[in-house]
Amino acid sequence: MFSRDDKVSAIRLTAVQYFILVIFMILAYGLWRLQVMQSDFYAQMAEKNRIRNVPILAPRGKILDRNGTVIVENYPSFSALLLRDSTRDLNADADAIAQGLHLDAKEVRERVRKFTSMPQYQPIFLKDDITQDELAFIESHKNELPELDTIMAHRRLYPRNGFMAHLIGYVGEVTEDMLNQPQFELYNPGDVVGISGVEKQYNQILMGKNGSRRALVNSRGREVGRLDETAAVPGKQLKLTVDVDLQIAAEQALGDRNGAVVAMDPRNGEILAMVSRPTFNPNDFSVRISRNEWSRLVNDDDHPLLNKAIQAQLAPGSTFKIIMATAGMQEGIAQDMHVNCGGGATFYGRYFKCWVVAEHRVHGPVDISKAIYQSCDVFFYTLAEKLGIDRIAKYATMFGLGQKTGIDLPQEVSGVMPSEEWKIRNFKQKWFAGETISVGIGQGAVAVTPIQMARAIGAISSGGLVVRPHVVNPTEFPPNVVPASTVPDQTKVPLDPKGWQIITDAMAGVVNPGGTAPSAHLQGIDFAGKTGSAQTISNALKAKLGAAGKNFKDNGWFVGVEPRRNPEIVVCALLEEGEHGYLAARTVAQVIKAYVDKQNRQPTKIARGSGKAEIGAVWNVSDPDGRDDLKSGHFTITITPKNVPLAAVAPGLE
Amino acid sequence: MSRYVSYRDFDWLLLMFVLIICGLGVTEIHSATMHTKFAGAHIRQLYWIGGGILGMFLVSLLNYQALLDKVHWIYIAAVASLMAVLIFGTKYLGARRWIKIGGNHFQPSEWVKLILILAVAKYFADSRHRELTPSDFVKAGALVGIPMLMVLAQPDLGTALTYVPIAVMGIFLGGLQWRQGLAVVLLAALGIGVVFFTPHVHILKSYQKQRLTSFIEPEADKQGSGYQVIQSLIAVGSGGLWGGTGTQTHLSYLPVPQTDFIFAAFAEEHGFVGALGVLLLYFIVLMRLTQNAQTAPDRAGTFLVMGVVAVLSFHVLVNVGMVVGFMPVTGIPLPLMSYGGSSVLFMFLALGMVMNVRMRRFVN
Repeated sequence: MFSRDDKVSAIRLTAVQYFILVIFMILAYGLWRLQVMQSDFYAQMAEKNRIRNVPILAPRGKILDRNGTVIVENYPSFSALLLRDSTRDLNADADAIAQGLHLDAKEVRERVRKFTSMPQYQPIFLKDDITQDELAFIESHKNELPELDTIMAHRRLYPRNGFMAHLIGYVGEVTEDMLNQPQFELYNPGDVVGISGVEKQYNQILMGKNGSRRALVNSRGREVGRLDETAAVPGKQLKLTVDVDLQIAAEQALGDRNGAVVAMDPRNGEILAMVSRPTFNPNDFSVRISRNEWSRLVNDDDHPLLNKAIQAQLAPGSTFKIIMATAGMQEGIAQDMHVNCGGGATFYGRYFKCWVVAEHRVHGPVDISKAIYQSCDVFFYTLAEKLGIDRIAKYATMFGLGQKTGIDLPQEVSGVMPSEEWKIRNFKQKWFAGETISVGIGQGAVAVTPIQMARAIGAISSGGLVVRPHVVNPTEFPPNVVPASTVPDQTKVPLDPKGWQIITDAMAGVVNPGGTAPSAHLQGIDFAGKTGSAQTISNALKAKLGAAGKNFKDNGWFVGVEPRRNPEIVVCALLEEGEHGYLAARTVAQVIKAYVDKQNRQPTKIARGSGKAEIGAVWNVSDPDGRDDLKSGHFTITITPKNVPLAAVAPGLE
Repeated sequence: MSRYVSYRDFDWLLLMFVLIICGLGVTEIHSATMHTKFAGAHIRQLYWIGGGILGMFLVSLLNYQALLDKVHWIYIAAVASLMAVLIFGTKYLGARRWIKIGGNHFQPSEWVKLILILAVAKYFADSRHRELTPSDFVKAGALVGIPMLMVLAQPDLGTALTYVPIAVMGIFLGGLQWRQGLAVVLLAALGIGVVFFTPHVHILKSYQKQRLTSFIEPEADKQGSGYQVIQSLIAVGSGGLWGGTGTQTHLSYLPVPQTDFIFAAFAEEHGFVGALGVLLLYFIVLMRLTQNAQTAPDRAGTFLVMGVVAVLSFHVLVNVGMVVGFMPVTGIPLPLMSYGGSSVLFMFLALGMVMNVRMRRFVN
């Protein structure tokens, strides 16, 4: 017991003092740990907090045609950004944002989720090419939705109505899958890259390097000052080999029909025009395409996204007969071959019809020349039987059929050139000799792309020069860019000049009276080519289907050159379900005419009268035994300005 | 009994240190709120301090012994005021803590602290045992426990926790035995375990649990509760040895830099040296208070002053501990520095009681 005045134990009071001392030492240690031991780390964290990297988007390089005409340009447009380094709950604001920007709230949340693993300072691109009222929405909601911001970007402006869409391709946002591939490791989500066509193939050249601006921001994400900036490096412009005037002609010639047209300079492989139908509007892709539009394009039976010039694998039909004829000539079989066409013939116990019986007539006696301009099936059935599949395959392969041409466009397909070995490898079956007969007229297992056909027939018309098609000349590349291609630029298949002359003359006969496409005749132009009408299903199947089989119309083909020998241009047209090759011939004729007209408007190299010019020629040489031998070759002549010879008149048919 | 009371015996030295801390607080409030909607808060803080000093002198004039004689009435009034808050209180941010009287909002839970200090002092001063009996635990526990549960019901975990050290200090100085102390610690540990790890006992609100868990693992919820902890650590850490420009504070990454996180804001701008200086000032104040407790004229005076010591050191420990990442975010302000009328007034009235005891140390 103690009285009211008893003191509290002094020891306990001292204990309390020591206890307080211990607490304060622990707190002092806490300060020491943060402010002295780890101060560098936290200083960096503070910097990360307040400094934001705002990207400065680099404009993509323009795309020009061979004469410098601008095909693809950029235009300034605004994109809506979502800043994630603000303290706002983005998921909660998603509804308001979606409404103001006319987006789907679910889509907004999905994008936020996709970016969760990325650093906070990287903004999310919400919507590209926003409208005036969407821009106004963002500006007027700076306080309610401070995480919304805008950025000016250079958007792609493609030609209207899908002009040249397949060749140019389109750009889009780099996908998550792409980012996982090694060649895209330097890209960030939200970067715009080429997705198809030239845009994809030459993305490295066209794409610039984004710059960045370091800005001081407060916790609401509002910019309160600028620190420094790294300028953007714009993409380099790219000059194509395409001639816009010829492209226009080719687009118009094909019109709204499904198919493809490709025009190439067979001397060097420069693509002059390339059209595929149906087409699509790449401007829909330069801003983020809506899901509906995308599935419409992907699920369309006519495959509008497919570049049929390099991606359609179809039977070449009678255009293949030029390869057959060349094989026959080279092997010494076709020169003296004479066949009597009675509307069909029997091979290996099966009767094969000639197309001509449908017109209730026969070809009668046929030699190689007539077989080409009249497209006699019986002649080529017989030639195929004599050559055998492996010799046919050898020549077709030499001219590049059934393999990728190596064109500098993505997703080219190879097609198929059957052979005995091919059949064993793919079907584990022996080749039946009867199958060779169909191959002789470009049916059966043969499948080629229009670009392959243009290259092969262009090569034969050029005396065997097989070139690699390309849409950009390597001389146009900026230094330090060397695109890899495994296909050599040129190979030479030596051709027998006599056979060559016969074949090219017969091809000129195709577009003249007596040929299969006289309506495609071009007055005063040395136009030559070969028609083809390829079945999409076999005759047997067509018969079985009866009336329904009528829906499977033939594909119309035509490959034309100008002039007939050592041509400057080769054009291949494919009309899907175009039924007749002569319709394709008219399409090609339109393109050839546009080409010649344009050449005529310009003074020729010779008429321009300066420097060196190369001209092709064929001539006879008598050997000591008195036999004539036909030679061909090129001359280079130097033209002096004064002495201007007239441009040689194209030799027509006698 | 004539009493000689003079302001010569007033603890002017203690007041000086207290005012230095207040002054640092005012400058930091000014700096932290400069370009925000709270701009001008430092002026209002000056008014509160002025009012506090006035209150302190008034309280020091009353005789604390007379006050202790009537403490049961005051205690009943305190419990009644807490009851009034629960029934008529204004709801703000999900908690019913304020009561509106004539246009002003009051938070009675702050004043209750003062009354509890008095009540506990009275109880242990009147205690007639050298050793504590179990009934002492129950009675002292109930004395503090009843208002504490009422504050918890508001809910205001932070303030409720500040009542605990008053009881602890009383029990310790009242003659706690080792074995009893051990038993109390074990019981407390058990209690905390039940509250935290029993999924069906909802004593803590989910946000309170979240605050406590985010303290243990702040990275788990960067945008939510963990955000404050991380931003506070960044603010303190980036201050370095000598302090810096204070971007965490001025670009408002640091939440409420004028109230709960004022020490973080100060540490960012003035570095380790400045922050340590403030800690030293608090330490001096606490030591000076303990000294006053020793020289108190009677047991009640000692308990009274030590009650103030308990509350003040608990506030410093929890607030600074939170700022340096040792303690969870509880919403307890740093006394004398943090902006806020109730907190400032409480501290000065508590100091008034300390002065009251000191001025009467030679009297009896």
